[in-house]
Amino acid sequence: MTSHVLSQLRSLEAESIHIIREVVAEMQRPVLLFSGGKDSIVMLHIAAKAFAPARIPFPIMHVDTGLNFPTVLACRDRWVENLGIQLVVASVQDAIDRGLVQEEPNGSRNRIQTPVLLEAIEKNGFDAAFGGGRRDEEKARAKERVFSFRDDFGQWDPKNQRPEIWSLYNGRVHQGESIRVFPLSNWTELDIWSYIAAEEIDIPDLYLAQEREVVNRDGMLFAVNEFTPLKEGETSETRSVRYRTVGDANLTAAVESDATTLQAIVEETAAVRVTERGATRGDDKVSEAAMEDRKREGYF
Amino acid sequence: MSTTIENTAEAMTDGSVDLLRFATAGSVDDGKSTLIGRLLFDSKTIFEDQLDSVEQVSQDRGNDYTDLALLTDGLRAEREQGITIDVAYRYFATPKRKFIIADTPGHIQYTRNMVTGASTADVALILVDARKGVIEQSRRHTFLATLLGVPHIVVCVNKMDLVDYAEDVFESIRKDFTEFASRLRVPDLTFIPISALEGDNVVNRSENTPWYDGPALLSHLERLHVASDRNLMDVRFPVQYVIRPQSHDARDYRGYAGTVASGVMKPGDKVVALPAGLETTIEAIDTADGPVEEAYPPMAVTVRLADEIDISRGDMIARPNNTPAALQNIDAQICWMDSDSALVKGKKYAIKHTTRWARAMVKDINYRVDVNTLHRDEEATEIKLNEIGRIQLRVTQPLFVDPYQQNPQTGSFILVDESTNKTVAAGMIGGLPHSS
Repeated sequence: MTSHVLSQLRSLEAESIHIIREVVAEMQRPVLLFSGGKDSIVMLHIAAKAFAPARIPFPIMHVDTGLNFPTVLACRDRWVENLGIQLVVASVQDAIDRGLVQEEPNGSRNRIQTPVLLEAIEKNGFDAAFGGGRRDEEKARAKERVFSFRDDFGQWDPKNQRPEIWSLYNGRVHQGESIRVFPLSNWTELDIWSYIAAEEIDIPDLYLAQEREVVNRDGMLFAVNEFTPLKEGETSETRSVRYRTVGDANLTAAVESDATTLQAIVEETAAVRVTERGATRGDDKVSEAAMEDRKREGYF
Repeated sequence: MSTTIENTAEAMTDGSVDLLRFATAGSVDDGKSTLIGRLLFDSKTIFEDQLDSVEQVSQDRGNDYTDLALLTDGLRAEREQGITIDVAYRYFATPKRKFIIADTPGHIQYTRNMVTGASTADVALILVDARKGVIEQSRRHTFLATLLGVPHIVVCVNKMDLVDYAEDVFESIRKDFTEFASRLRVPDLTFIPISALEGDNVVNRSENTPWYDGPALLSHLERLHVASDRNLMDVRFPVQYVIRPQSHDARDYRGYAGTVASGVMKPGDKVVALPAGLETTIEAIDTADGPVEEAYPPMAVTVRLADEIDISRGDMIARPNNTPAALQNIDAQICWMDSDSALVKGKKYAIKHTTRWARAMVKDINYRVDVNTLHRDEEATEIKLNEIGRIQLRVTQPLFVDPYQQNPQTGSFILVDESTNKTVAAGMIGGLPHSS
């Protein structure tokens, strides 16, 4: 007789499948927010599992900042093709050209993604948007529900969240309101990597270590490329680096690493002592409450 | 600091690591944040940049020491007011288990948050200050944990360093607590003398308590046998979604997707689909990774049946000789969770039970329970925020239910306000978990 105990990764996977199916069964028009990063890829992989042998019954949406690493876009297109799903692209560059948003002085398009995202959700009539956020990422996220209610301005009100008891999720909304759904809420960075390794999931090669030309700016290593060219007076060097997160190409830094395989990344992640955002994301270092503020405005 | 816990990548991937969810309850002063901080710190879950940020904020405020509570207080309003607003979820892992902590604040909206945290918990951790003994709050937390059917309760008698690690202090608290708990249904009750601040009996057994022969808290949590808590007897499979591919290669496929609520299902098993009452056989149990020989909780699977019968979301698959009760009149304990309204007789709500939505009307309020004294007020005419009561509901269609204490998955429901769409109550079918 077997023990009838599910391993923790399979328990997390089952919970995520349950959440995704619940949304599809109850909401009118869900969409999956896809960034091309590891978390949204894992979420998409699990969504495909939830409806097999049928196709995923909702589109995915990429809020395209125009600052993507080319290999991330290539990976996105492979997933769209392999799963036979519809891709909606909401372009930040287009929104800048139309005057919906303005470029920020520091070159970050992180914050101005929000109006673009909200516009696309409204225009397409999406009433539920899956996001790959995890509660272990950040303190504000640790208190967010799996089904996170958004008012008709797309705003999150942390003090007025719906209680979430057992796995009885409540996605009821009025016209114009929506929910963000986080199927990976209970996953940690280590879980994500363990799962990618176990399932051999296709991810952008940026996550794997290789020799890259980098420049050191305030302790953060940026790969020298068309998004982050060498500034005057800077010198570059060649180091074995990889990316722990994949954000905008002009702001995402690499970390020194010899992890050239998925299993090596799992081992490195288990031993690492700095959060992924702290290590690599210039855009998250703005203030202690940066994430909370962006989430209130309607960020992912 | 005591010996650190090693996270090994191998253990995470090879399937030998299982999941344990525990809820902590306590107020500002009982050392709950310190205890969680120590578990996270000793398991290397607190990262350097998180610690830096907390140290910086502590310094900015002129604190003498690094305030570990800042690690768990996530929202700006909380940091500004020095309070905790909501349930926060924390994660750490050892080579044996991954742990999910539902960290619930003790002071405001305590009942609502504790109920939320305890609803999914295998274990409730209750902190008792060794100097104060069993107080009203300890009783309240224990009552709520048993109401929610948490199978294991661990009482951490904290701040043992401040009572000179005296055995008689610990024993006296154990005696008081056991006496109180005997009025409730507590399947497994454990007492551990600790000092969260000094680390005694948290990760390693302490030399300061030679009279204590039990395990340290973490080893206890690692070894707790929770598999047998799951109901593997009664097959309950609420149909969540019907999978019918609109593609050429799988045109005849019809599968019922869902999460196994309880019981073990196998291909070839005779089953009955409710409410239709039609009997058939399980042909196969599919997953995206191929068919499986058996499905048990909490697996998410897709069941194919031998006969074509009309089944949709909200229906329930069970065994013909072991079915849940089909009830339209529901007797339940509820915890009210909404600050803007109260439950009153005659009011109508939307009700969600497993994967089924219906409407429900409050037929009667039997009593309201004082969560501190367990006194029942039978004159109560309403149940407000953070209050618990026993009520009678009339539902528009039959629900397929089991008593909550026997099967939390099919014994629980939520009430939703039909105008605001807010979740206003958590409901548990059947009476109080009293031994009387």
